[in-house]
Amino acid sequence: MITINGEKKEGYEEVSIEDMLSGEGFHRDRIAVEKNGEIIPKAVFSKELLHSGDVVEVVSFVGGG
Amino acid sequence: MNRMEKTDDRKYQAKQNLEDYKERLGQAKVAIAGLGGLGSNIAFALVRSGVRNLHLVDFDRVDESNLNRQQYRMEHIGRYKTEALKEELEEIRGDLCITTDCVKVTPDNVAELFGTEEILCEAFDRAEQKAMLVETALSQLPEIKVVSGCGMAGFSTGNSIRTRKISSRFYLSGDETNGVESGLLLTAARVSICAGHEANMAIRLILGYDEP
Repeated sequence: MITINGEKKEGYEEVSIEDMLSGEGFHRDRIAVEKNGEIIPKAVFSKELLHSGDVVEVVSFVGGG
Repeated sequence: MNRMEKTDDRKYQAKQNLEDYKERLGQAKVAIAGLGGLGSNIAFALVRSGVRNLHLVDFDRVDESNLNRQQYRMEHIGRYKTEALKEELEEIRGDLCITTDCVKVTPDNVAELFGTEEILCEAFDRAEQKAMLVETALSQLPEIKVVSGCGMAGFSTGNSIRTRKISSRFYLSGDETNGVESGLLLTAARVSICAGHEANMAIRLILGYDEP
Protein backbone atom coordinates (compact mmCIF):
# COMPACT_ATOMS: atom_id res chain seq x y z
CA MET A 1 0.00 0.00 0.00
CA ILE A 2 1.32 3.45 -1.00
CA THR A 3 -0.15 6.72 0.28
CA ILE A 4 -0.48 9.35 -2.44
CA ASN A 5 -1.71 12.79 -1.36
CA GLY A 6 -3.29 11.26 1.72
CA GLU A 7 -5.10 8.45 -0.15
CA LYS A 8 -4.10 4.82 0.19
CA LYS A 9 -3.47 3.27 -3.24
CA GLU A 10 -2.93 -0.35 -4.29
CA GLY A 11 -0.81 -1.56 -7.18
CA TYR A 12 2.13 0.84 -7.13
CA GLU A 13 4.58 -1.28 -5.10
CA GLU A 14 7.89 -1.64 -6.99
CA VAL A 15 6.56 0.71 -9.68
CA SER A 16 8.62 3.76 -10.70
CA ILE A 17 7.48 7.24 -9.75
CA GLU A 18 7.29 7.99 -13.48
CA ASP A 19 4.77 5.18 -14.05
CA MET A 20 2.76 6.03 -10.95
CA LEU A 21 2.49 9.64 -12.13
CA SER A 22 1.20 8.65 -15.55
CA GLY A 23 -1.14 6.11 -13.94
CA GLU A 24 -2.58 8.85 -11.74
CA GLY A 25 -2.73 11.34 -14.61
CA PHE A 26 -0.36 13.98 -13.25
CA HIS A 27 1.14 16.60 -15.58
CA ARG A 28 4.87 15.90 -15.27
CA ASP A 29 6.12 19.46 -15.90
CA ARG A 30 3.91 21.14 -13.32
CA ILE A 31 4.49 19.03 -10.27
CA ALA A 32 6.84 18.67 -7.35
CA VAL A 33 7.07 15.19 -5.85
CA GLU A 34 8.07 14.34 -2.32
CA LYS A 35 8.54 10.80 -1.09
CA ASN A 36 8.66 10.30 2.67
CA GLY A 37 9.39 14.01 3.11
CA GLU A 38 12.23 14.22 0.58
CA ILE A 39 11.96 15.98 -2.76
CA ILE A 40 12.46 13.66 -5.73
CA PRO A 41 14.03 15.37 -8.77
CA LYS A 42 12.40 14.70 -12.16
CA ALA A 43 15.68 13.29 -13.41
CA VAL A 44 15.21 10.20 -11.23
CA PHE A 45 11.44 9.66 -11.67
CA SER A 46 12.01 6.67 -13.92
CA LYS A 47 14.61 5.04 -11.63
CA GLU A 48 13.03 5.69 -8.23
CA LEU A 49 10.77 2.81 -7.20
CA LEU A 50 7.90 2.96 -4.73
CA HIS A 51 7.77 0.53 -1.85
CA SER A 52 4.99 -0.52 0.45
CA GLY A 53 4.46 2.06 3.18
CA ASP A 54 5.85 4.99 1.16
CA VAL A 55 4.08 8.29 1.61
CA VAL A 56 4.09 10.38 -1.55
CA GLU A 57 2.97 13.97 -1.90
CA VAL A 58 2.48 15.26 -5.43
CA VAL A 59 2.01 19.02 -5.52
CA SER A 60 0.35 20.14 -8.75
CA PHE A 61 1.12 23.76 -9.54
CA VAL A 62 -1.30 26.07 -11.29
CA GLY A 63 -0.26 29.32 -12.94
CA GLY A 64 -0.63 32.80 -11.56
CA GLY A 65 1.49 35.16 -9.57
CA MET B 1 3.08 39.56 43.31
CA ASN B 2 0.06 41.87 43.47
CA ARG B 3 -2.22 42.57 40.52
CA MET B 4 -0.44 45.74 39.46
CA GLU B 5 2.94 44.00 39.49
CA LYS B 6 1.55 41.10 37.47
CA THR B 7 0.25 43.51 34.82
CA ASP B 8 3.58 45.30 34.74
CA ASP B 9 5.36 41.98 34.43
CA ARG B 10 3.17 40.96 31.48
CA LYS B 11 3.69 44.33 29.82
CA TYR B 12 7.42 43.99 30.34
CA GLN B 13 7.35 40.47 28.86
CA ALA B 14 5.30 41.67 25.86
CA LYS B 15 7.74 44.52 25.32
CA GLN B 16 10.70 42.15 25.53
CA ASN B 17 9.04 39.81 23.02
CA LEU B 18 8.38 42.71 20.67
CA GLU B 19 12.02 43.82 20.89
CA ASP B 20 13.12 40.23 20.27
CA TYR B 21 10.81 39.91 17.23
CA LYS B 22 12.02 43.21 15.80
CA GLU B 23 15.60 42.12 16.25
CA ARG B 24 15.03 38.77 14.56
CA LEU B 25 13.09 40.28 11.64
CA GLY B 26 15.73 42.97 11.18
CA GLN B 27 18.54 40.41 11.06
CA ALA B 28 16.78 37.88 8.82
CA LYS B 29 17.03 37.73 5.06
CA VAL B 30 14.39 36.57 2.61
CA ALA B 31 14.85 35.84 -1.09
CA ILE B 32 11.97 36.40 -3.48
CA ALA B 33 11.97 34.77 -6.92
CA GLY B 34 9.59 36.55 -9.26
CA LEU B 35 8.52 40.16 -8.66
CA GLY B 36 5.00 40.18 -10.06
CA GLY B 37 1.71 40.17 -8.20
CA LEU B 38 2.99 37.74 -5.60
CA GLY B 39 6.60 38.85 -5.28
CA SER B 40 6.09 42.62 -5.20
CA ASN B 41 3.34 42.27 -2.59
CA ILE B 42 5.43 39.83 -0.52
CA ALA B 43 8.31 42.32 -0.55
CA PHE B 44 6.10 45.20 0.58
CA ALA B 45 4.59 43.11 3.37
CA LEU B 46 7.99 41.92 4.60
CA VAL B 47 9.56 45.38 4.62
CA ARG B 48 6.59 46.94 6.40
CA SER B 49 6.78 44.08 8.94
CA GLY B 50 10.42 44.83 9.70
CA VAL B 51 12.41 42.55 7.40
CA ARG B 52 15.38 44.64 6.24
CA ASN B 53 17.40 42.23 4.13
CA LEU B 54 15.91 41.10 0.84
CA HIS B 55 17.22 39.39 -2.27
CA LEU B 56 15.00 40.22 -5.25
CA VAL B 57 15.21 38.16 -8.44
CA ASP B 58 13.37 38.76 -11.72
CA PHE B 59 14.42 39.22 -15.37
CA ASP B 60 11.36 41.12 -16.52
CA ARG B 61 10.42 44.75 -17.05
CA VAL B 62 7.26 46.46 -15.76
CA ASP B 63 4.42 46.33 -18.27
CA GLU B 64 1.17 48.29 -18.24
CA SER B 65 -0.76 45.01 -17.80
CA ASN B 66 1.02 44.49 -14.45
CA LEU B 67 -0.52 47.51 -12.78
CA ASN B 68 -3.80 45.72 -11.92
CA ARG B 69 -2.11 43.74 -9.16
CA GLN B 70 1.60 44.47 -8.89
CA GLN B 71 3.16 47.16 -6.71
CA TYR B 72 4.33 49.34 -9.58
CA ARG B 73 3.11 52.64 -10.99
CA MET B 74 2.85 54.11 -14.50
CA GLU B 75 6.21 55.81 -14.08
CA HIS B 76 7.84 52.35 -13.75
CA ILE B 77 6.62 51.00 -17.10
CA GLY B 78 9.57 49.72 -19.12
CA ARG B 79 11.92 49.55 -16.16
CA TYR B 80 13.38 46.37 -14.69
CA LYS B 81 11.21 45.12 -11.83
CA THR B 82 14.26 44.51 -9.65
CA GLU B 83 15.25 48.20 -9.88
CA ALA B 84 11.74 49.65 -9.65
CA LEU B 85 10.80 47.53 -6.63
CA LYS B 86 14.07 48.20 -4.80
CA GLU B 87 13.49 51.94 -5.17
CA GLU B 88 9.91 51.71 -3.98
CA LEU B 89 10.90 49.68 -0.92
CA GLU B 90 13.66 52.11 -0.07
CA GLU B 91 11.07 54.86 0.02
CA ILE B 92 9.29 52.95 2.82
CA ARG B 93 12.34 52.76 5.04
CA GLY B 94 15.87 53.97 4.66
CA ASP B 95 17.85 51.21 6.38
CA LEU B 96 17.18 48.34 3.99
CA CYS B 97 19.81 46.08 2.49
CA ILE B 98 18.43 44.86 -0.83
CA THR B 99 20.38 42.85 -3.36
CA THR B 100 18.97 42.24 -6.82
CA ASP B 101 19.60 39.82 -9.67
CA CYS B 102 18.05 40.67 -13.00
CA VAL B 103 18.22 37.17 -14.50
CA LYS B 104 15.94 34.35 -15.54
CA VAL B 105 16.02 31.54 -12.98
CA THR B 106 16.90 28.16 -14.49
CA PRO B 107 17.91 24.82 -12.95
CA ASP B 108 21.52 25.81 -13.68
CA ASN B 109 21.62 29.00 -11.62
CA VAL B 110 19.36 28.17 -8.64
CA ALA B 111 22.28 27.06 -6.45
CA GLU B 112 24.36 30.09 -7.38
CA LEU B 113 21.47 32.54 -6.82
CA PHE B 114 20.00 31.09 -3.64
CA GLY B 115 22.82 28.97 -2.16
CA THR B 116 23.28 31.19 0.89
CA GLU B 117 19.58 31.88 1.57
CA GLU B 118 17.58 30.44 4.45
CA ILE B 119 14.12 31.36 3.23
CA LEU B 120 13.01 31.55 -0.39
CA CYS B 121 9.57 32.77 -1.47
CA GLU B 122 8.67 31.32 -4.86
CA ALA B 123 6.57 33.94 -6.63
CA PHE B 124 6.66 33.05 -10.32
CA ASP B 125 3.59 33.10 -12.53
CA ARG B 126 4.02 29.99 -14.70
CA ALA B 127 3.27 26.59 -13.18
CA GLU B 128 6.32 24.99 -14.86
CA GLN B 129 8.65 27.64 -13.43
CA LYS B 130 7.18 27.17 -9.95
CA ALA B 131 7.69 23.40 -10.14
CA MET B 132 11.24 23.83 -11.45
CA LEU B 133 12.28 26.22 -8.69
CA VAL B 134 10.73 24.21 -5.85
CA GLU B 135 12.30 20.98 -7.09
CA THR B 136 15.73 22.45 -7.77
CA ALA B 137 15.99 24.50 -4.58
CA LEU B 138 14.83 21.69 -2.29
CA SER B 139 17.00 19.05 -3.95
CA GLN B 140 20.19 21.12 -4.35
CA LEU B 141 20.11 23.30 -1.23
CA PRO B 142 19.81 21.14 1.89
CA GLU B 143 19.16 23.99 4.34
CA ILE B 144 16.77 26.25 2.43
CA LYS B 145 13.09 26.58 3.31
CA VAL B 146 10.77 27.29 0.40
CA VAL B 147 7.41 29.01 0.59
CA SER B 148 5.57 28.70 -2.70
CA GLY B 149 2.39 30.22 -4.14
CA CYS B 150 -0.14 28.06 -5.95
CA GLY B 151 -3.71 29.01 -6.84
CA MET B 152 -4.86 32.61 -6.46
CA ALA B 153 -6.61 33.46 -9.74
CA GLY B 154 -10.28 34.29 -10.19
CA PHE B 155 -12.92 35.67 -7.87
CA SER B 156 -13.85 32.68 -5.72
CA THR B 157 -13.77 32.97 -1.95
CA GLY B 158 -10.57 34.28 -0.44
CA ASN B 159 -11.13 31.86 2.42
CA SER B 160 -9.96 28.96 0.25
CA ILE B 161 -6.44 30.40 0.17
CA ARG B 162 -4.41 28.88 2.98
CA THR B 163 -0.90 27.68 3.75
CA ARG B 164 -0.04 24.00 4.00
CA LYS B 165 3.15 22.50 5.31
CA ILE B 166 4.10 19.87 2.73
CA SER B 167 7.30 18.82 4.50
CA SER B 168 9.86 20.23 6.92
CA ARG B 169 11.27 22.67 4.32
CA PHE B 170 8.34 23.18 1.94
CA TYR B 171 5.25 25.33 2.49
CA LEU B 172 2.52 25.95 -0.07
CA SER B 173 0.19 28.96 -0.03
CA GLY B 174 -2.89 29.29 -2.22
CA ASP B 175 -6.11 27.47 -3.06
CA GLU B 176 -4.11 24.95 -5.16
CA THR B 177 -6.91 24.95 -7.75
CA ASN B 178 -7.57 28.27 -9.46
CA GLY B 179 -4.90 28.94 -12.08
CA VAL B 180 -4.63 31.14 -15.14
CA GLU B 181 -4.76 27.99 -17.33
CA SER B 182 -8.52 27.89 -16.78
CA GLY B 183 -8.84 31.40 -18.21
CA LEU B 184 -9.21 33.03 -14.80
CA LEU B 185 -8.06 36.59 -14.25
CA LEU B 186 -5.51 37.63 -11.68
CA THR B 187 -6.60 40.54 -9.54
CA ALA B 188 -4.94 42.59 -6.83
CA ALA B 189 -7.21 41.50 -4.00
CA ARG B 190 -6.97 37.72 -4.36
CA VAL B 191 -3.32 37.67 -5.41
CA SER B 192 -2.39 39.79 -2.42
CA ILE B 193 -4.17 37.36 -0.07
CA CYS B 194 -1.82 34.67 -1.32
CA ALA B 195 1.17 37.04 -1.14
CA GLY B 196 0.15 37.84 2.45
CA HIS B 197 0.13 34.13 3.24
CA GLU B 198 3.60 33.65 1.81
CA ALA B 199 4.99 36.72 3.59
CA ASN B 200 3.39 35.70 6.87
CA MET B 201 4.82 32.18 6.59
CA ALA B 202 8.27 33.64 5.95
CA ILE B 203 7.86 35.85 9.03
CA ARG B 204 6.69 32.89 11.11
CA LEU B 205 9.75 30.90 10.06
CA ILE B 206 12.02 33.82 10.99
CA LEU B 207 10.38 33.98 14.42
CA GLY B 208 10.79 30.26 14.95
CA TYR B 209 7.26 29.03 14.26
CA ASP B 210 7.36 26.19 11.78
CA GLU B 211 3.64 25.42 11.52
CA PRO B 212 1.51 27.40 9.02
